[in-house]
Amino acid sequence: MVSEEICDILKSEFGDAVVGSVMDARRPYVVIAADRWAEVAAFLRDDSRMQMNMLQCLTALDLLEDNKLAAVYDLFSFPVTSAEEVPLLRHHFAVRVEVNRDDPHIPTVSHVWPTADWHEREAYDMMGIVFDGHPELTRILCPDDWIGFPLRKDYEYPVDYHGIPGTTEHQLTNPRH
Amino acid sequence: MSWIENRFEEGLIVTSLDWAINWGRQNSIWPMTFGLACCAIEMMAVGASRFDIDRFGAGAFRASPRQSDLMIVAGTVTYKMASRVKRLYNQMPDPKYVIAMGACTIGGGPYFKHGYHVVKGVDLVVPVDVYVPGCPPRPEALIEGLMRLQDKIRHQTRAIDPMTRVRREVLAR
Repeated sequence: MVSEEICDILKSEFGDAVVGSVMDARRPYVVIAADRWAEVAAFLRDDSRMQMNMLQCLTALDLLEDNKLAAVYDLFSFPVTSAEEVPLLRHHFAVRVEVNRDDPHIPTVSHVWPTADWHEREAYDMMGIVFDGHPELTRILCPDDWIGFPLRKDYEYPVDYHGIPGTTEHQLTNPRH
Repeated sequence: MSWIENRFEEGLIVTSLDWAINWGRQNSIWPMTFGLACCAIEMMAVGASRFDIDRFGAGAFRASPRQSDLMIVAGTVTYKMASRVKRLYNQMPDPKYVIAMGACTIGGGPYFKHGYHVVKGVDLVVPVDVYVPGCPPRPEALIEGLMRLQDKIRHQTRAIDPMTRVRREVLAR
C-alpha cells in the first residue's frame, strides 16, 4: 500500500487526530496529535490493511525555533511467513508526534511495539521527552545523576562532573594540552 | 611506593640492587586487560604475534587489576567510566604505571569541544606516566610508549630521595 492510501485511511478513521501530512518527502509521514497517538499506534499494528508489526526506529528531534520537540516513528510491515492467508504488505510508513518543548509528554507505545521500550528511554535520556505510561522511564546512557538533556540544542555543557573538570569557555580558548 | 622504596641511604649497595630490581621490573610489566574503545583494537594487535609485546615481557595481560603493573587506558574515557577507571587504578598493587593511549585519553581528542560526556584527558582522573599520541596510535607507537616506560623504570632508585631525608630530619628534631 502506498503512503497516500495509508494517510487517507488514517484520516477517515481518526479525523482530526491527523494534524498534518507530508507526502512528497523521501519517507512520507503524517503528524499525529500527541493525545491520540497510542490508539493510532494500536490501529497501525492491528488493522489488516496496515499490519505495521515492526517499529524500525524512533527518532527524537529538537525543533528549537518552533519551541517543539518531535518523535518520529518509522514503521514497517514485516512479512510474517507462517500466516498464509494474510497478504504480505512490506510497506513503510512514518509517524511524527510533535509536542511543546516546555512540557513534552507523549504516550508510550512500548506495549504496542516492545522495541519502543529502550528507544523511548534513549529519547528521554537525550532529549527529555517524557513518555507517559512507560514501564521504567529512567536514563539509559547517561549516569542517573546527570543534569540536563545532552542532545537538546540549548544544552549547557557540564562545568564539572564529580570533581572532574569539563570543557569550559576558558579551556576552549586556552587548551592545556 | 612499595616496601623497599626509600629504605636505604644513598651509596654502597644500592646501585647493584637497583639494577637488579629495575631489570626485573622493566622486563615483566604485566598490563591489565582493559580496553575502552577503538584504541583497544590496536592494543590487541600489539599483543598478537605480528607486533608481539611479549618480546618486552609485557605480554601477560592479566584479567584482574590485582595482578597488574600497568594500566593501558586504551580509548575514550567518559564521565560514567571515569569512576571505574579510578577504582581499577586503586585496586592495582604498587608499583603501578599508567599509559594514556590515543588522543581521547590524552586530552579528549575529537571530543574535546563537543563531547559533553568525555573526560578531557585521563590525567584528570589517574596519574599518567607515558602519553602515546595517535588516533588510534599504531602498534609500533604503543611499543615505543612501553619502551619509554621501561626507561622510566630503569632510572628509578631504592635510595632515599632528598626530600624524604629532609622530611625525616625535620621530624626527628
